[in-house]
Amino acid sequence: MEFRKLWCVAVALAAFGFGMAAEQALAQNEQFVPRLVYRTGPYAPNGIPFADGYADYLDMINARDGGVGHVKMTYEECETGYDNAKGVECYERLKNHAPTGASWVDPLSTGITYALLERTTADHIPLISMGYGRADASYGAVFPYTFTYPTTYWDGADTIITYIAQQEGGVDKLKGKKIALVYHDSAYGKEPITTLEALAKQDGFTFLKFAVSPPGIDQKATWLQIRQQKPNYVLMWGWGVMNSTAVKEAAAVGYPMDHFIGIWWSGGEPDVVPAGAAGKGYKAAQFTGVGADYPVIKDILKYVYGAGKGKTTKDKVGEVLYNRGVANAIYDTEALRTAQAKYGAKPLTGEQIQYGFEHLNLTTQRIAALGAEGLLQPVSISCSNHEGGGNTRITQWDGKAWHFVSGWIEPHHDMIRQMFQDSALAYAKEKNITPRDCSKVAQLH
Amino acid sequence: MLYREAGQFKTSYVADQAIFPIRQDRYLALAALVVAYVAVPILGTQYWLLTIMIPFLVYSLAAIGLNILTGYAGQVSLGTGGFMAVGAFATYKIATAFPWMNIVVVFILAGLITAGVGMLFGWPSLRIKGFYLAVATLASQFFLIWMFNKFPWFTNYTASGVISAPPRAVFGNFFVTGAEASPVYKYIFVLTSVVILAFLAKNLVRGRVGRSWMAIRDMDIAAEIIGIQPLQTKLLAFAVSSFYCGISGAMWAFIYTGAVEPLAFDIDRSFQILFMIIIGGLGSILGSFLGAAFITLLPIFLEYTPVSLGFNIPINYISNAQSMIFGALIVFFLIVEPRGLARLWQIGKEKLRMWPFPY
Repeated sequence: MEFRKLWCVAVALAAFGFGMAAEQALAQNEQFVPRLVYRTGPYAPNGIPFADGYADYLDMINARDGGVGHVKMTYEECETGYDNAKGVECYERLKNHAPTGASWVDPLSTGITYALLERTTADHIPLISMGYGRADASYGAVFPYTFTYPTTYWDGADTIITYIAQQEGGVDKLKGKKIALVYHDSAYGKEPITTLEALAKQDGFTFLKFAVSPPGIDQKATWLQIRQQKPNYVLMWGWGVMNSTAVKEAAAVGYPMDHFIGIWWSGGEPDVVPAGAAGKGYKAAQFTGVGADYPVIKDILKYVYGAGKGKTTKDKVGEVLYNRGVANAIYDTEALRTAQAKYGAKPLTGEQIQYGFEHLNLTTQRIAALGAEGLLQPVSISCSNHEGGGNTRITQWDGKAWHFVSGWIEPHHDMIRQMFQDSALAYAKEKNITPRDCSKVAQLH
Repeated sequence: MLYREAGQFKTSYVADQAIFPIRQDRYLALAALVVAYVAVPILGTQYWLLTIMIPFLVYSLAAIGLNILTGYAGQVSLGTGGFMAVGAFATYKIATAFPWMNIVVVFILAGLITAGVGMLFGWPSLRIKGFYLAVATLASQFFLIWMFNKFPWFTNYTASGVISAPPRAVFGNFFVTGAEASPVYKYIFVLTSVVILAFLAKNLVRGRVGRSWMAIRDMDIAAEIIGIQPLQTKLLAFAVSSFYCGISGAMWAFIYTGAVEPLAFDIDRSFQILFMIIIGGLGSILGSFLGAAFITLLPIFLEYTPVSLGFNIPINYISNAQSMIFGALIVFFLIVEPRGLARLWQIGKEKLRMWPFPY
């Protein structure tokens, strides 16, 4: 190789080396949040609006309030592509970022949550899996650093079955019916299966499972089988392109859309718009509000988009997944505020912020004060209950927008919380973990 | 000037048959081992150890496995991911069924189970070759991943189908899996395993077995005529290759990520390892390491360099650029140096013998 080429390679390598070493900005009054996002790959249609919503909320808080408790929120996005190994690499790279390391991690992926669970517990950084992830982490005695607010898949499955029972005219009418689950064949899609099997045994309906190989572009065989077996209702646990493909295939085989109910990650605009008019009537469970008619969303438009710094275009603000990203950011920053109430308004470490998460009590009044009434549901987290909520609402797509078609449906807390506890204790036994004694953990409320 | 072997006379057959016959090579290998064992754990941050060195070593093990099968024995295989999955799940089942068993024994047993599975899926290689064998092994890849997704027995009936490594120590307090395992212990354990297994692989491919594989690769009819039995040789290649891939998968699940679902071993993983050996060099143990290093480091390099040089490129551009650059590099290598980075290393060594008088 000639000298010039060698020289260029050497410069690039040096830049690489220095880049790795010199991430440390001057430690300032900042709180760093690593953002594990996916803006590429088959799950990007859903990952992009979520990431945009989250980032816009943090930017808005900085612009409007100067940060949380006047501590500026900084973040760095790292592309995971929904791949577990890349998620782990992003986490390891960003977890010691200045000034106090990573405040918390939201991977937006069940697989990455599983991969990071032990690491975050060992590193004392809260792992937030908002409405996904390891549902039994809701039993916080075994999972001190993992939070699953405001609801989990097990609760979600339960509330959808309750809604179906309501539609049919009572739980006793479920007997003899057939309910199918079309699921992404990964950790994410398999999570509700045990709950649905338990409910099938309890309520007397037949539970059919249809696995879809990731990324889920090929579903013709699945939907032909569904047309053959004619279940009364189809539930969907899909993500990314699997959702839009499923809605199109369901329309192609003529399955009645209003009996097709997706979980909250299968209920966004990118999932139904590609199907066009055929997607009308499709329902989805949600735990966040839809639309742009909230004061906090209007603030984002004013302070962030008004200054030309928005991550996406104005017409995408208020979409289902965008709002969910905003909701995630609101929950996280409110936990930070709770931690600051105890430790002071300065950059906090992950361990201190864990206190904030474990004592987060987001009341309806506080939500209204934030301008997010109807966007979020109240949560009340404690040592043994890292989920803190559990309610779901059903929405329906009318071809142009999502509308609520039910009130907040509560899951059967006793049954589900017992399932959380049993599963978490089994995990603790396998891993030689001693569960914490929650009576010894101080309660704020 | 530096790299002359003038004055190095071998006085015994043993010395003549050493893996590194030239003294400078031996010193270089020794220096590499010293750096790997001493310098890296001391100087390396947790990030380096956990997300660069350990995956590099785990990938190189899988690359050695696939190189034995495709590079030395000439049997094209796209089932590497599936075999890694077999290793991972076999380790999980054995480790949870026999919690008293030492983790080293568990890994070896899982490797042997994977070798058996590999032999089973290698049976068609006796009748089909080349492209068609690749398709048959592709079937094994999809079948194995489907099997682990379908039967909850493999994941001990968890709700989500994710297997999570129980904490195990090699001896005493030397934990290498689970939350108590320190990055340094994990790294040393993986490094030692890879060094031992690479040494075994190198001796295997240098000896009678390796030559019989290369004979099958180059002209299998002629090999059969001179007395190399194709059945045993090909199945042995599949067995040894799957053993390495199984151990690699087991380490991936237990030491690198700690929790794994079958999706981690899907077709993309198989292609990734195939690219590693293509870029690194088919039919070369060193090539497996070079290819693994290249593919592990390139994405990180591509993510860091623009940022550290001051350009703020959006991450999705970088991610998409990575895929394009990978593809372009593979095409480039296949045109310019089809025998991969290992051949470039050899050429470099030859030129070094003449240095500083190139002619």
